[in-house]
Amino acid sequence: MFRRVIFLASVALWVHSACLMSHASGVSAENLSIHGFLQANYDMRITGQQPPNPQGGDLLFGEERFQLRLGYSKEKVRLFTRTDLFYDHVANRPGVESREAYAEGSVGSSDLRAGRQILIWGVGDYLFINDIFAKDWGAFFSGRPVEYLRVPQNAVKLDMGTPGLSAEIVAIPFFQEDKLPPRSSFVQFDPFSGVARTTQQPAMEFQNTEVAARVYGTTWGFDTALYLYRGFFRMPALQPNQVTTPTLVTETFPRLAVYGASTRGNTLGGVVSAEVGYYDSLNDQAGHNPAIPNSSFRYLVGYQRQPWEDFTVGLQYYGELMSHYDAYRATLPAGFPTQDQHRQLMTIRLTQLFWHQTLRVGLFAFYSPTDQDYYLIPEIRYSISDNLWMSATGNIFGGRRPTTFFGQLDANDNLAVTMRYEF
Amino acid sequence: MNTWIVLCATVSLILMTTVGQPRAGVASDATEIIQQSQAAFFEAGQDLKARIKMTLTTREGQQRLRELTMLRKNFPAGEQKYFLFFHRPADVSGTAFMVYKYPNREDDRWLFLPALNLVQRVAARDSRSSFVGSDFSYEDISGRDLEADTHRVLRNEALGSRQTVVLESVPTREADYARKLTWIDESTYLPLKEEHYDLQGALYKVFTADEIQDVQGLPTITKRTMTNVKTGHKTEVVFESVAYNVGLGNDIFTERTLRRPPEQWLK
Repeated sequence: MFRRVIFLASVALWVHSACLMSHASGVSAENLSIHGFLQANYDMRITGQQPPNPQGGDLLFGEERFQLRLGYSKEKVRLFTRTDLFYDHVANRPGVESREAYAEGSVGSSDLRAGRQILIWGVGDYLFINDIFAKDWGAFFSGRPVEYLRVPQNAVKLDMGTPGLSAEIVAIPFFQEDKLPPRSSFVQFDPFSGVARTTQQPAMEFQNTEVAARVYGTTWGFDTALYLYRGFFRMPALQPNQVTTPTLVTETFPRLAVYGASTRGNTLGGVVSAEVGYYDSLNDQAGHNPAIPNSSFRYLVGYQRQPWEDFTVGLQYYGELMSHYDAYRATLPAGFPTQDQHRQLMTIRLTQLFWHQTLRVGLFAFYSPTDQDYYLIPEIRYSISDNLWMSATGNIFGGRRPTTFFGQLDANDNLAVTMRYEF
Repeated sequence: MNTWIVLCATVSLILMTTVGQPRAGVASDATEIIQQSQAAFFEAGQDLKARIKMTLTTREGQQRLRELTMLRKNFPAGEQKYFLFFHRPADVSGTAFMVYKYPNREDDRWLFLPALNLVQRVAARDSRSSFVGSDFSYEDISGRDLEADTHRVLRNEALGSRQTVVLESVPTREADYARKLTWIDESTYLPLKEEHYDLQGALYKVFTADEIQDVQGLPTITKRTMTNVKTGHKTEVVFESVAYNVGLGNDIFTERTLRRPPEQWLK
């Protein structure tokens, strides 16, 4: 308790001094900018069902967080850091997280950014095909502010552009896996329940450097892009040491290449988007190894429009078509849940703004007709003033079977509240 | 005698019909006037850079502030491109908004959210969409297609010290008003006042040009207010550091620039 008070007091002091500093010296006006927030964010499970371990309480997430964003720019050079200090009430300890820390330089019409950065591309709304960068699904399922879905990556990005055509090339030497909801606090399906686990990440070697590239431009009002990625699956593939009675399961990250394209633009009275990608499972292109995901073709189409003032509706349809499905079925160990050859998912987003856009009421819903599972995210957010907002977000999971992506999380329905003061 | 009566009657008739009509030298055709007005109000110069402060005030007096930089460039065939960068409030600081505006077709719009490092395409209907929660719609900010209304000259009248032509506009396409009256300055063609009426014929929104300055020889409305007379909510917009013909490059108006805003133009 004492440590918590000390931590919060020091954070408050830091905010105060940062504000004073920016006002006193006027540094924010020219080359230096100082922004940030102070935030409280708590998330409770509302089903009463807990995983059988001492950490499996109903508090899925709880913290106070202070973020400081410092930017400096002069002529062709830019430095930026986004650093979070927080007190985690689940682990009962303070922590520091560097969300971004990079240097950027410009030469002509090219920019080079090196350091920790948030990478994102593609046209999906919570559906990702060519956006192969790391995600934190645990944060997403716990109702944390949506920026925490992104896991920062240490990378070098070269950005080149002309008014007609631009390109980005990213090299990521340090592998970062997706963060899944922790098994200690989330009730979820485990095909190797009770078996010891170990993780084997790709070694930090030159040939393991991930490379992602995108060429994009706007033609006839449509933003169109081609993508290329060569690296690894970020969701772990489970490799048991023996098939019948495994004693150890190794989480591995097989090699992956993705080739894709996307487009979006105004038509049919709204914004239409489409994206495709071929996931080439380089370590098992024939699909014979059940511990490595098969190659697949993925697509999505989306449509967004505003039927009336301050109300927006967005619809998406997404599919994954597995290659070599016969080989997958033939090698899948007995007793394992079977994936559909053509997994499909649809989403709807409804957003209504009230009171001069200070109150937002929204719903995002996933439904899979093939997995027969769903995930609903109702949200209400109110801006109390220009600097202060609060929100309540629900995360409601369900499905016919406890083995599907959302169905397995059925016991973890939760309600998150967030309050943030921005400066 | 009869001749005199006919002549006097004719002269009277001519006088009666010309009273209330625009004076010599002022465009008499309503469409031509509104065209000149839009050119003066939304298209002045080859390009424009301005720092904009918006104050949204509720009936109870609670205020919210928006501060942004607007970069606008004119292109051939009536096309325009806008780049808007938000400085305040803190929770939208760094947000950038880009619009490609086309005559007689839906605009293309992009939004950059810095916290997510995400560029989104925005679907929105101009006429009914409030601009960032203010009392101004997107069309109030960037103009409405001439063909979207039928325009009619109602009368000439003085508004304060200015001589104005009063136009009535009735929409033929979707609009947030059923009828609009505009007081257009006869010499500058700037709109000095607008009254928006709803379907019931009741006045609900009033625009006023509160301050006009000469910027590089171009008369510019540097302070304007839109008041919703029904709710009592109002938005005051102040243009500061207005500069025309600053030489904005085409490369500013790209998706790439949204992600990396052109800092030399934003100070």
